[in-house]
Order: sequence, then structure tokens, then C-alpha cells
Amino acid sequence: MAGNKRLLKELAECQQNPPPGCKIALENDEDILIWNVTMAAPSDSVYAGGNFKILIKLPKEYPFKPPQLNFKTKVYHPNVTNDENGSMCLGMLRADEWKPPNKIADVLKLVRTVLASPQPDDAVEQGIAEQYKNNRKEFDKIAKDWVNKYAK
Amino acid sequence: MPTTTRKRKAEVLTNITDVFAEPQRKVSKVHPQVPKDSIPREEAALPATPQTLTEGMDSDDDFNSVASSVDLGEDMSSSVDFGAGESDVDVDDDYQDDGAFDTTAKDLTPQRKHFEVDFKVYSPQDIQSQQDTQVAEVSNLLEQPTEATAILLRYTRWNKERLIEQYMDDQERMLEKAGLGQEINQNPPRLEVRNNFTCDICCEDGPGLETFAMNCEHRFCTDCYRHYLTQKIKDEGEAARIKCPGDGCGKIIDSKSLDLLVPDDLTDRYHQVLMRTYVDDKESLKWCPAPNCVYAVECGVKRKDLNRVVPTVHCDCKHAFCFGCSLPDHQPTPCVLVKRWVKKCEDDSETANWISANTKECPKCQSTIEKNGGCNHMTCRKCKNEFCWMCMGLWSEHGTSWYNCNRFEERSGTDARDAQAKSRQSLERYLHYYNRYANHEQSARLDKDIFHKTEKKMTLLQSSSGMSWIEVQFMEQASQALQQCRQTLKWTYAFAYYLARNNMTEIFEENQKDLEMAVENLSEMFEKPTDQLAGLKVEMLDKSSYCRQRRVILLDDTAKNLRDGNWQFNVELS
Ligand SMILES: [Zn+2]
Ligand SMILES: [Zn+2]
Ligand SMILES: [Zn+2]
Ligand SMILES: [Zn+2]
Ligand SMILES: [Zn+2]
Ligand SMILES: [Zn+2]
Repeated sequence: MAGNKRLLKELAECQQNPPPGCKIALENDEDILIWNVTMAAPSDSVYAGGNFKILIKLPKEYPFKPPQLNFKTKVYHPNVTNDENGSMCLGMLRADEWKPPNKIADVLKLVRTVLASPQPDDAVEQGIAEQYKNNRKEFDKIAKDWVNKYAK
Repeated sequence: MPTTTRKRKAEVLTNITDVFAEPQRKVSKVHPQVPKDSIPREEAALPATPQTLTEGMDSDDDFNSVASSVDLGEDMSSSVDFGAGESDVDVDDDYQDDGAFDTTAKDLTPQRKHFEVDFKVYSPQDIQSQQDTQVAEVSNLLEQPTEATAILLRYTRWNKERLIEQYMDDQERMLEKAGLGQEINQNPPRLEVRNNFTCDICCEDGPGLETFAMNCEHRFCTDCYRHYLTQKIKDEGEAARIKCPGDGCGKIIDSKSLDLLVPDDLTDRYHQVLMRTYVDDKESLKWCPAPNCVYAVECGVKRKDLNRVVPTVHCDCKHAFCFGCSLPDHQPTPCVLVKRWVKKCEDDSETANWISANTKECPKCQSTIEKNGGCNHMTCRKCKNEFCWMCMGLWSEHGTSWYNCNRFEERSGTDARDAQAKSRQSLERYLHYYNRYANHEQSARLDKDIFHKTEKKMTLLQSSSGMSWIEVQFMEQASQALQQCRQTLKWTYAFAYYLARNNMTEIFEENQKDLEMAVENLSEMFEKPTDQLAGLKVEMLDKSSYCRQRRVILLDDTAKNLRDGNWQFNVELS
């Protein structure tokens, strides 16, 4: 119902005036429900220089239900699952937190913020979170290694 | 004390019509569905913090007075009065709707049984009026409109005291936290048509768009608002705490706004969900888990009491379930042990699979015997050997005092030394109990099958012989007794599995054995040819009544010792 007009508008806005560091395209032109995002990490973060591929899948009920977001590029980060899904756990994407006026651009802004400043207390990868808190040097090293290996 | 209940004790089962009249009276007494409006709802609606069993209690009187002072509302508390050591009260028959038919004067004891707990059954209307009463009362007190009060009460999970305290403490903060903002008294919610408006959800911006906003002024088109609410209620099962769809807004949708926006069928669903939440929020209330049952049960037994009491309650729909864990009645076994046992059985299901087989070999002539009734007394068709399905031992020895079919004999020390022998013995021990547990479960099913077959024949008998419907009901009663006793027996084996062996175990096993024999004797009668059944009525009634007696004895003793912490288990209860 609410779907198309809203989505077309969001897509147009995102392409004309993309959220910081983001390039946005449809995965294929037939399907407005799958978005391909390339996100450049903030230059003052440990991931600087990395470009991360993020896939956004919108449910049919969008915007009443939240989008789904997966890192397609491997990233060493306490808040991104270290598996083939690369899911990021974001409060605003939980069904009970999501509000229909929220926009994909807002989500991407938040993703980029969390990318630059991990939230170890809200982690999906406990081991990485521990390391982030207790051995930042080692964490930074691996994170940078991974950027060089996977995100260039 | 109503005289009807007192008199009831003296009533002797002389005439079956009387017995059938009785449960009717009982139901209306215990569950006040009848003259709803004439009853002051207040007490039922606002249960004082119920007292419950505590660790320190040590005498029967303590137990009774404590358990019965659980506030169950008007008529229950008025009919149950264990005041000042008076014990001559017959509340026991109040909740035994299952055992309602057998009560002859001789087996009615005046005191409430140790395995019984006070409870009360509520219809959805009862629950609605409980809520309404509380809302009205608090609404007066806080001088807030009922809608807002309802939201506040739901926010504090119907904890009236906490709400009042926090509200008095800091009214604004409380309202804010509950999602009400401060201006709740103004502006009833209404739809508005706007011309220069873009809905932030669907981006619709045409002229004459119908819109809605609560007084937080987060305005959206009604289509979107409606869609949002529908999804919350239907897909996410929410009601009490649906927030305004506005970004970052915590204001909770009140039911007036809701009524304005969503279609009737959804409003019904919304109120259903609200009701669910009300019951779920209260520790003293639980929904009856029977499929399609709409009743809720109130019981004062708390989570922390569950190692001392097994709170079986009986819903008006006839389903008996445990108030502690909502599983079907599992007396005498405490909830924790039930959970452990069920898990163990699942984990070990493969080892134990062979048991559920319906066929075994005759221990004497090895011909295959099929079990098709619930009775464990088997007679081999070929060699006429009579044996026990459970232990394969001679049936003739089962009635004797020295034979123990139910007890697991630990093998003496020598052969259990090495690890393998030990694990073998522990498996054997488990299988001994599981075997019997599973068998009673299966037998109950088979008994029921046989009963249904018989029931059809009884109906035929009725029309051919002119026996009345009432006259054939003894079959139904016997079948019910059988089902109920098997249910209990089944759980006695889980109980026994976790029991550490001491002198108390033997008493338990004696009781178990007595009940088991009584049950097998009754079960056997169901396998008699139908044309003999009519003539066996008196015997069958006697046997049914004896079974119930044995069950009560077992449950009562077990419950008393559980309450007093006398049982020693071989696992931690916690
Ligand atoms: Zn809209
Ligand atoms: Zn709002
Ligand atoms: Zn029920
Ligand atoms: Zn239970
Ligand atoms: Zn034989
Ligand atoms: Zn036996």
C-alpha cells in the first residue's frame, strides 16, 4: 500500500543526495526491494580506506517492517557477525523499535557511525568485543588487516 | 458456611440422580458465573497480595490457614474458612469435579486434602470486569480519565500500589514514562482532513488527505496509521504498549484512538490481546491451556512454592492442569522433576523405544501376545499362562505382600563395581521406571478406546433393553476413575525415579502398589463381554470408588511430606 511511492522517493533522494560515504544502486533494475550499497569507512576510523558492500533487503511490508541489512564484505567488528550473513545488530532495525517514518538513509548513517565506533556492550561477536575492550592494539591490527584483505 | 455444603457430607449415594444433580450445584457455587451483577466485584478484582506457603510453616493448621487465606475473591473465601483451628469444613469436594460422582459418606473426610489448593475460575467477562473495577477505582483516586488510567495500570503491569506511589512521587514523570505526556485531559482524538500535507510514511500528498495524530502531533494519513496498528495487533500480538508511529515517540496508543482507527474485528482482537496481557502480567492468574478454552484460573501458589506443592487446578472446561507449569495434572511429582523427567525421556527416547511395542512374547510358551486393552493382567491364549505385562512375572504373585512389581531392586554391591556395570544398572533403573510410566500412559489410552467401544454398545443396550441413560453412566464414571488414577500412577514412577531410597520410599511404594492393583482390577472389568456389564454395575462402582480412595491416600501422603520437606530426592530440586 504505502510501498512504491515512498520507496521511489527514497531511492531518488538517496541517489541524488546520498548519505555520507555511500553509493547506492539497485541490485537489478526490476527489483526495488534489493539495494546495493557501497560504504566508505570514515577516514578517522580504524577501517579507513575500506569500502564495504552492504546488501539491503526490504520486506514487502516496508516501511511498516524494518529493512534487513547484511555486510557482504568481511569486517572485523564486534557488532557484525563473522559469518556469511554479516548481520549487524542495530536497535532501530528491531521490529519493536522500528518506526515506519524511519528512512533507509537514516539506517545507513547509523551503520556508518557504528562502524566507526563499535559498541562492545551490544556485541554479536563476544570475542571481538572482549578484545576491543581489553586489547585495542591487537583489535586495531586485525581490523586493518581485514580491511586490506577484504575491503580494498 | 452455606448449609448446602455441610449437608452434602451426609448424603449417601443412594440414588444416582442425586449424584448427578450435585456437580451442577457445585459448579455454580465455586465459579460465580451466575449472578455476576449482584456480586461486589471489588474484592475479586483487587486481590490483596496473596499469602502463600512459606518455608517456616510446620503444622497442618498453618498450612490450611495460609493456603486458604489466598485471596480468591468473594464467594470462595466466604465458603472456605479455616478460622481458629476449625477443621470441620468440607471444601474438598469443591474442586474435585472429576471425583464428583463417587462421594459416598464413608470416604468423605472433613478436612481439605493436602494435595488440593484453592483456586478460582474466571470467564473472560469476569476478567474484563476485574480490569474495569480496578481502572475505575484508580481513576477516581488519581483524577485521570479512565483511558489514561488504563494505560497507566498496564504500564505498571497492574501493580496498583506501585502506580500510585510513583504517580504521587512525580506525576509528570510517571505520565511521560507511560507514554501519556501531560495534556491527556484535552482534545479527544479525531480524524482530520488536510490539504497541504505529506504523509511521512507513504509520501502521499494529495489534497483532502484524511489524517490522524494523537496529541503528540505526529500526524500520518489514516491509511498508514491503520496499517501500522493492524500490523502491531495482528502480526506482533501487541496491545497494551503500542507506541505512536512517530520517529522516536514513546506515546502509547489509547484504546479510544484505536477504536477510531481500526475496523471492529481488529478492535475485538485488540481487546483480546489486552486481556491476554492482563492475565500474563499477573502471577496469580493463568490461562487454561486447553485448546480453545477461554477461562483463566486464579491461584495463590507462587513460583517459589513449587518445590513444596504441586498446584493442580480444575478448569470449568474439565481440564485439570498444573498452575505452576501449565502442563496437564502431574501430581504427585513437583514441576522441576516433571521437567527433568520429560527432558530425560526425550534424550533417551531411542533407548526406550522398544518399550512402546504393543507385542511381547509369553514368558512360558514364547507365542506372541498383543496388548489391546489397558489391563496389565495378561493371559496367553495358547498356554493360558497368566502373567504381568510390566514385569512378565506370574500374575498370581502380584496380589501378595512379598511381590513387588513396582519396586526397582537395586542389585547388591558386587556386580556394580566397574563403570560399565554401573552405567548398565543406572540404565536398567531408568528403564524400570520409564517402562511403567510409559505403560500407564499407553494403558490410559487403551482403556479409553475400550470405553468408547463399550459406550457405543451401552447406547445400543439402552435402546434395546430400556435401560436409562442414567443407568449406564457407571461406565463413564469407572472410565474417568481409571483415566485419572492412571495419570497419577504414571507420575508416581517419575517421582519414584528421583526418590532417594529410605524408609519413606517403602511407604510410597506400598501406596503405589495398592493403587496399581486397584486400577488393574477395575481395568480388567472393561474387558468383560458387554452383555455382562449391566450386571456388574455395583461391582464396578465399588471398584471405581476404591481406586479413587487409593489415589487420594497416595496423593495426600505424598503432598503432606512434600510440603514438610520430608522427601529425599537423588537430585537437587532447585
Ligand atoms: Zn500515509
Ligand atoms: Zn507521537
Ligand atoms: Zn479450561
Ligand atoms: Zn507443574
Ligand atoms: Zn503362553
Ligand atoms: Zn508385574
